[in-house]
Amino acid sequence: MPRTVISVSHLGKRYGSTVAVSDVSLEVHEGEIFGLIGPNGAGKTTTMECVEGLRKPDRGTIHVLGLDPQRDATALRQRIGVQHQEAHLQKRIKVWEAVDLWASLYAQVVDANDLLARLGLEEKRNAWFMTLSGGQKQRLFVALALIHDPEVVFLDELTTGLDPQARRAIWELIVGMKERGKTVFLTTHLMEEAERLCDRVGIIEHGALIEIGSPAELVAKHCPERRVVFTSDIADVAARMADVPALRSVASAGSSHTLHGEGDAFTTDVIHVIAREGIHVRGFRTEHPTLEDVFLKLTGHGIRD
Amino acid sequence: MNGLLKGFWKLTWVEIKVFLREPLGVVGTLGIPILLFVVLGRTLRDAQPAADTVSQAPFNVAILAALMIAVNAVMSLVAIISIYREGGILKRLRATPLSPLTILSAQVLVKLLFTIVSLVLLMLAGRRILPGTMNVSMISFGAALLLSSLSILSLGFIIASIIPTARFAQPIGAAVLYPMIALSGLFYPVDKLPTPLQVLAQALPTTHAVALMQGVWDGSGWSAHWMNAVALVVVFAACSALSTRWFRWE
Repeated sequence: MPRTVISVSHLGKRYGSTVAVSDVSLEVHEGEIFGLIGPNGAGKTTTMECVEGLRKPDRGTIHVLGLDPQRDATALRQRIGVQHQEAHLQKRIKVWEAVDLWASLYAQVVDANDLLARLGLEEKRNAWFMTLSGGQKQRLFVALALIHDPEVVFLDELTTGLDPQARRAIWELIVGMKERGKTVFLTTHLMEEAERLCDRVGIIEHGALIEIGSPAELVAKHCPERRVVFTSDIADVAARMADVPALRSVASAGSSHTLHGEGDAFTTDVIHVIAREGIHVRGFRTEHPTLEDVFLKLTGHGIRD
Repeated sequence: MNGLLKGFWKLTWVEIKVFLREPLGVVGTLGIPILLFVVLGRTLRDAQPAADTVSQAPFNVAILAALMIAVNAVMSLVAIISIYREGGILKRLRATPLSPLTILSAQVLVKLLFTIVSLVLLMLAGRRILPGTMNVSMISFGAALLLSSLSILSLGFIIASIIPTARFAQPIGAAVLYPMIALSGLFYPVDKLPTPLQVLAQALPTTHAVALMQGVWDGSGWSAHWMNAVALVVVFAACSALSTRWFRWE
């Protein structure tokens, strides 16, 4: 069992009469990418900022690398890297100046030129912050979060508002962090991002954590249904498929047939029957539920609502 | 500790560079008061050629220019704090090992440095345009201006704490600070004002700043105006204490 790097127990935080986080408990293990997912306003950022020590929780206990984020804030800041959502820099600060300033704040830092080169920013060294594109700004923020080679990296909505190419570049960076042995705690409202990147995710809604686990586990647990869609001119699909054990229903529209079933064996069973019966198939595809379906099922609404 | 001091100087230096890159930043805060001083100073000189008829007017012009420098520094501080807050820059800095006090002190230091530069330029301009009227101790006048600036800057922090968005920073700053200059005694003696306005004027740092700077200029000096200096320190302490309670980082 890997070491626990972050542990949060019954976290609660309110702003005035608004409850931002009502009850969140979770653990993040060393070297994993953990994602907190949920709609805007669900409490993702508040939870993350309490863990970083930027906000004081009303209830609950938090430990990061064995430290209390409030009491040991100074020691902790040397060991964590933080990227904020919607936080900018001085408009006319140059890229190298920002990196140099950040580097001056930490006891141990990595080589700034190497870091900028790794993030593809070496040609932008002398550019003002305001002239950078969205993706370049985010990469600079990543540079600032990584300048002191932190053990844990916090990334809040890092790819929001980026075009698909820039988003993919950021995903590669995050995977790179994991490969370097860092623990990554991120928030996102993009289910595809969470499913691709995260070893485990926590689903948060109305300030409470409602489910936690690996994307595959959550899909298997909450959305076991599978679908096979194939195109064929045969008429008696339902009868021929009757002995597929997990088959729930068949819907045919012209020559397109959709089989609803359940469990991992379902697809294989359908293929067996097709082969056994010698059915001539012109098209064949399977539809797997995703994390988005899990989210929809657990919360009763889509992430963008 | 040493490392954090390095961070403080780095931040201060970055803020100076960023400010110098701002279009109209330097012209607005340094240029306009000095221009005002030069134009008014020349007008006065030409209107009163005889040396013995020189009234308080020339050095009041110098004090007005000095006060403008301080007030412009405050307006610029208020604007920067609110823009940095709105842009999340304060939040980003706060997540670093820099202490909150360090972050804000660097901003104040930048403004004070520009105030000193303005003062030097002002004095040099004064010696050229109004020879003979500028033989005040630069150190003493500089100290009075710095104390005044610090006191007015602390008031600026309160304004920066309570304004809702950066869009209102400039108008609210102006609405608070310009009437303060009007009541400071520079244009109209404070003791001739209606009583309620007198009470108000005595509570404002600008009034004491003007009295202290006038005192330094006319030779009565710090000993005669220690009450004004104390008032400026009290305003500074009170405003700083209130700002630590009211200040919002985001």
